[in-house]
Amino acid sequence: MDALTNLLLGFSVALQPVNLFWCFVGVVLGTVVGVLPGLGPAATIAMLLPLTLKMDHTTAIISLAGIFYGARYGGSTTSILLNMPGESSSVATCLDGYQMARNGRAGAALGISAIASFIAGTVGVLGLMLISPPLARFALRFAPPEYFALMVLGLAMVVFLAGDSMVKALLALLIGLWLATIGTDLFTAESRFTFGQAKLLGGIDFIAATVGMFAIGEVLMDLESNSGGEIIKLPRGLKNLMPTWQDLKDCRFAFVNGSLIGFFVGALPGAGATVASFLSYGLEKAVSRHPEKFGTGVIEGVAAPEGANNADAGGALVPLLTLGIPGGNTTAILLGGLILWGYKPGPLLIPEHPELFWGLVASMYVGNVILLVLNLPLVPLFAQILRLPSYVLHPFIIGISVVGVYSVNNSVFDIWMMALFGLLGYLMRKLDFPASALILGLVLGDVLERALRQSLMMSQGDLTILINRPISATMLAIAAGLLLLPAVRWVRAWRAEVVERES
Amino acid sequence: MLPAIRDKSGLIAALCLAAFGGYVTYTGSKLPYVADVGPGSGFFPFWIGTGLLLFSGYQTIVCFSAPRQQSESAEFSWHGSRRALIGWVAMAASIFLYRWIGFAVSFVLLTIFFIVVIERRSALPALGIGVALALIFHLLFVVALGVTLPTGPWGF
Repeated sequence: MDALTNLLLGFSVALQPVNLFWCFVGVVLGTVVGVLPGLGPAATIAMLLPLTLKMDHTTAIISLAGIFYGARYGGSTTSILLNMPGESSSVATCLDGYQMARNGRAGAALGISAIASFIAGTVGVLGLMLISPPLARFALRFAPPEYFALMVLGLAMVVFLAGDSMVKALLALLIGLWLATIGTDLFTAESRFTFGQAKLLGGIDFIAATVGMFAIGEVLMDLESNSGGEIIKLPRGLKNLMPTWQDLKDCRFAFVNGSLIGFFVGALPGAGATVASFLSYGLEKAVSRHPEKFGTGVIEGVAAPEGANNADAGGALVPLLTLGIPGGNTTAILLGGLILWGYKPGPLLIPEHPELFWGLVASMYVGNVILLVLNLPLVPLFAQILRLPSYVLHPFIIGISVVGVYSVNNSVFDIWMMALFGLLGYLMRKLDFPASALILGLVLGDVLERALRQSLMMSQGDLTILINRPISATMLAIAAGLLLLPAVRWVRAWRAEVVERES
Repeated sequence: MLPAIRDKSGLIAALCLAAFGGYVTYTGSKLPYVADVGPGSGFFPFWIGTGLLLFSGYQTIVCFSAPRQQSESAEFSWHGSRRALIGWVAMAASIFLYRWIGFAVSFVLLTIFFIVVIERRSALPALGIGVALALIFHLLFVVALGVTLPTGPWGF
């Protein structure tokens, strides 16, 4: 009852014209920066933070949070249309989203992405509203061993990214983990694998690597296929561009899966939307009746990770608002904003400033509706990009990739990295190595190494710390089970073959 | 006598990865494996390198024993790669030129190269498409969003 009363208070704040206007501005800006690779929500919020000093604080947080979750909506667009993930959490969306676009179902993929984002975003807000304090307390039980186990679980999703060869996927994963070690070791300040390049001391820029592997690699593959100006077929008419009723039915579980995994993983500081999106993709494939079709353009393969990376936005606000712990770059900047405005994020924030918290929660409901209303009609418009002939599309993709990568650090070196990763991505495709496994290793490698080393420091080198704690032991057991899955399948297939031969 | 190679490109890739794994293990072993407070900076690279060596070794064996049908489908075709590699070299050349002529002009040249040389279409529409795309990028990113891009002597 209390929650309902508070929510009504929140709506009375969120529906004020000025807050409604800034919520709209925030989500539109978020969608725009989400569509463009490189220019992420963290940089945008950081740029706009000084402008909010003269604003009402509730209005300011409503607007900045709008950029945060709006960017998650926009992130899927280039992933689906151009195989160009703007951020790490959109990589999983590329796997089936881009294939759907190639099969002429770009509209359905974009549509289901908007719907999944809306459902999961709303579930995320519900979670934020109802279970923030207990969930935040649970998240505090996560120490380095638990984070290590969570990262291992995330890496175990490589099982679902492997194509014909599990070994090739593991090799790609290991290359990704190695790439994550490049730069200065944060524990000892030693430089590793920098080849004398000062610009590598900060590590490999993730955007350059991902855009190169996916977008540039895809352009090179397309050039090889000698399509001669061929355009991807798109069905005509608005109705045919949207997801069908059957699509929505097929995605029932994906909506739930993405929403719950996204919210719970998002609530863990440092875990991030990438882990959530890969976990939900893996789970979706594991329970699917047709797992073999994943990677060829399955709609559930878009709905699950897209839902997860949107629900994550609600989850990420739980530790921020209830404990004052930011889970990532964007929430760290939001924390800075709250402190700048004179708040003390922590257990007393909600009781002391109910209008701020509940105003934000209610504005997120409103923002999600605005995003759905805004994004669905834009689906046919965005899908028209695919009508461009390949000789226009290829330079367009290269141009937008260069701009996106350059805008992160204003560095031509990063563009060179993108080009090198493009070549690597192309060679990996040619040799049937899954590029997504490499990206998984690159994204999770840093946190994995840090968590493992912190765990071993805690236990003074005793590895049993990883299995002596119930949460980490459970997650490691699940990860081991997942990694053994291909072996079990192989043994089953082999036995069936033997039985068939004998009979 | 050695068994027949079933997947030549796969074998080359596996051997390259094995060599790379050896390099990572070697370099990792030169870094401290244990530091004063727990594992050192070489701990993680050492095990990554070892993993690379193990799996690439397995992959090498697979290349000798893979069924013919599977290896043929995965066979690397250099003939088909020519266009892709030309495209990549052109892109690298355009990045190289940013320093002197900036993004906009270099991008127009790249677009013309893609359309005229790779796609074998006429030059005039190629110039039009290149200029139009460069203009769109400039207006959208530089003017509207305030993104800075590499500029040439003429300021764009």
